[in-house]
Amino acid sequence: MSQNSKVKIAVILACLVVCCYGFLGIPHGVTPAALKQAIADHIRLGLDLKGGTHLVLKVHVEEAIGGRTDRDVELLQEDMSKAGITGVQAHKLDPVAHANQITVSGIPLNKASDVRSILTGTEYVDYDVATNPDGSETLTMKPSAISALETTTLQHSIETIRSRVDALGVAETNVEQYGLGDNEILVEMPGVSDPAKVEDAIHNTEKLAVYQVVSGPYSDDQAAMTALNQIVPPDDWLVHGNTSANAPDEVYLLQRASIVEGTDFRDAQPSTDQEGRPNLVFTLTTEAGDRFYQFTSTHSKNTATPASMAIVLGNRIKEVASIEDSIRDRGEIHGSFTKDEVDNLSLMLRTGTLPASIETIETRTVGATLGEASIHQGIVAAIVGMLAVMVFMLFYYRGAGINADLALMLNLVILLGFLGFTPGATLTLPGIAGVILTIGMGVDSNVLIFERIREELRAGKTAAAAVQQGFGHAWVTIVDTHVTTIVSAAILFLFGSGPVQGFAVTLTFGLLANLFTAVFVSRTIFDAILERKNRGAELSI
Amino acid sequence: MELFRDPNIDWLGRKWYFLSFSLIFSVAGVLSMLLWHGIPRGVDFTGGTQIQVQFSSAPNEDHIRQSLSAAGVKDFTVYPISDTSGRNANTEVISLPEAADSAHNTGSNQVQAALNCGGSGTSCTIQKTDIVGPTAGKQLQRQAALATGYSLLGMLVYLWFRFELIYGVAAVVAVFHDTLITVGAFSLTNQEITLTVIAAILTLIGYSMNDTIVVFDRIRENLGLSRRETLTDVVNRSINQTLSRTVISSGLTFLTVLSLLVFGGPVLRGFSFALTVGIVIGTYSSIAVAAPMLVAYQDWRKRRGKVANLPAKRAKA
Repeated sequence: MSQNSKVKIAVILACLVVCCYGFLGIPHGVTPAALKQAIADHIRLGLDLKGGTHLVLKVHVEEAIGGRTDRDVELLQEDMSKAGITGVQAHKLDPVAHANQITVSGIPLNKASDVRSILTGTEYVDYDVATNPDGSETLTMKPSAISALETTTLQHSIETIRSRVDALGVAETNVEQYGLGDNEILVEMPGVSDPAKVEDAIHNTEKLAVYQVVSGPYSDDQAAMTALNQIVPPDDWLVHGNTSANAPDEVYLLQRASIVEGTDFRDAQPSTDQEGRPNLVFTLTTEAGDRFYQFTSTHSKNTATPASMAIVLGNRIKEVASIEDSIRDRGEIHGSFTKDEVDNLSLMLRTGTLPASIETIETRTVGATLGEASIHQGIVAAIVGMLAVMVFMLFYYRGAGINADLALMLNLVILLGFLGFTPGATLTLPGIAGVILTIGMGVDSNVLIFERIREELRAGKTAAAAVQQGFGHAWVTIVDTHVTTIVSAAILFLFGSGPVQGFAVTLTFGLLANLFTAVFVSRTIFDAILERKNRGAELSI
Repeated sequence: MELFRDPNIDWLGRKWYFLSFSLIFSVAGVLSMLLWHGIPRGVDFTGGTQIQVQFSSAPNEDHIRQSLSAAGVKDFTVYPISDTSGRNANTEVISLPEAADSAHNTGSNQVQAALNCGGSGTSCTIQKTDIVGPTAGKQLQRQAALATGYSLLGMLVYLWFRFELIYGVAAVVAVFHDTLITVGAFSLTNQEITLTVIAAILTLIGYSMNDTIVVFDRIRENLGLSRRETLTDVVNRSINQTLSRTVISSGLTFLTVLSLLVFGGPVLRGFSFALTVGIVIGTYSSIAVAAPMLVAYQDWRKRRGKVANLPAKRAKA
């Protein structure tokens, strides 16, 4: 054997070993069970094979834009009064269709340039300012600012959902951006027994807040209105609720501005009080702690202005408590909570609130038994298909058939090796179909080459020349055919999701491996055989 | 062993047979899409809910219907799926129409509560649940259309770059023909087109393109060798020379896909069906559609008095 062939064979063997390592690692033995375990450790299975839940969530990012302009309306009004400009009104003319527009009207003529300089100042760089014929100004959020806000909202939502799912203890959950710019999130959870519970936790948008009680309780709305002379003060609001599980519904008048709310909590843990009722132990942020300390020290029951506070969850009062002593940043909340409520609440307070509401638009769940059946069926189909092809090749091309079969097996090994080595590549059921299809399409390269060699032999060429010409002519065609299929696969990968992407991955890996095996490996084997034979000897093909 | 030894078949002389064969199948498919079954779209595209439930013994469908109605589930259908391997025996699919995104999983929860799988006294497992809301359904539909369109465009550009525009156009027409007939086959047999079926169709586009390229490559090579031969003769000879490769390769791929159809299980049924039909049609179309188109194009140019000259491969060193 020539030096050249030896080097090539060494390269092929090295490739074989590396790829085996890729999907087997170093197995703990050579029993079928140990090998099975080794493969299971190295090839990641998609949700359709191992069972699990796949959710697609849509984030209503437009809400974040509305929220942003709402805040800026307030900010504008503050800025105007700070600058001593009176009578100016900032508002949104059409909060639904044009949530990104703020109109500033009622500008006194002599203050027009002052207003203009505030609007074009650094605080409102995210807006384009246009003067209307009637002298009012319209601020429109710049498209670049909108897309930046959408991106941060989406990223923030992903972070929040990820921490919520992680806090639930669901292993190996994947949360990522999904689709092509539709502000969607993909959540993949393998083997979750109760996906509905996870979905509830993800969706939880209820707000917890603590308010000062102005008056109450009243038995119902009517009683409250009578006591208030039919007028609810503008800074207050009426809230329903029951302060223990069996207590009747009551109404309280609360201050509209909260003392502390969701984002002020740094940590919260579910617990139980002395009576065994579920409660919540919380820690506030430093800033909120200062605020809370000021409130509780001026309103605790030994001061001149004692007051109660109400704990409100999702617009219902859960507890009304008088203030025993001043509290800074640590405390307990108890009330008419159920165990689940406390668990959810603490999870939500720990992970923060979602910046915009989300909606599930797609849910797919596959049970583990179906996944197992699918794996079994996929493997059986692959083995039957592969055997059929290999037997035919042996029968039809004789000696060269062995060559093709070796290349085919190496093709499979390299494909599995790629799957094991590439982080993020998963094997799905359509992916197994991709493997099977690769066997069929991979053998095509061999057929192309062999048929060409036969043709050249018929034309009277020597074995060596025929092999040389056969590979040379077929090579161009093989590259063309592979490129077109890889183009299809790449487009599938871009547009597809989960299982379909798995198919695109195995098909691409399979075809790339095939370029190597059908051309380089087959050629090396032919050359090695030809070198051993005498010149002019016949080729078994 | 050799199946074909120097075949000498006048393929282009039979172009009218091919044309009528293609027309019959395309028209039958299109008629079925327009008048009969439409394009049967799966839950991925129509939106809605599909729940696959396996029972430990043969289920009584009427019983299932009654308990679902009693639980307040509306407009549902219950149908069995069968499988050759026996692993999916006694399996029923319950399917519900599309609901608004906000009421996404109400129907599925109702069904699960009504069946009470895993509860005492019952013996069923929910194998699979697919809930696709209206937003997602529309989006998936758009994605599938875009993917198919881009795929065809990508091929056209590649062939244009590697050969010449007319080769690309002929190949894309052939592939479009394959796609049409395959989708038509789904309509005629009233099988649902799902996301994985779309993946299969895109694979077919690649596969059929493969086959066409092999023939085109040979035409280009032969054009470079013998400039005196008529194009018809060159095309015929090229098809004949590549015939045994075409038949063997397609046959082997067909074998693997057939094993997928037989052993791959119900989840892959549509996928394997698309490939099985598509590989036959794709192989046929590279001989019967793409190659004759090249000749037809040249004849058309000739009639218009232009010099027809298909580009040949530059003489090989």
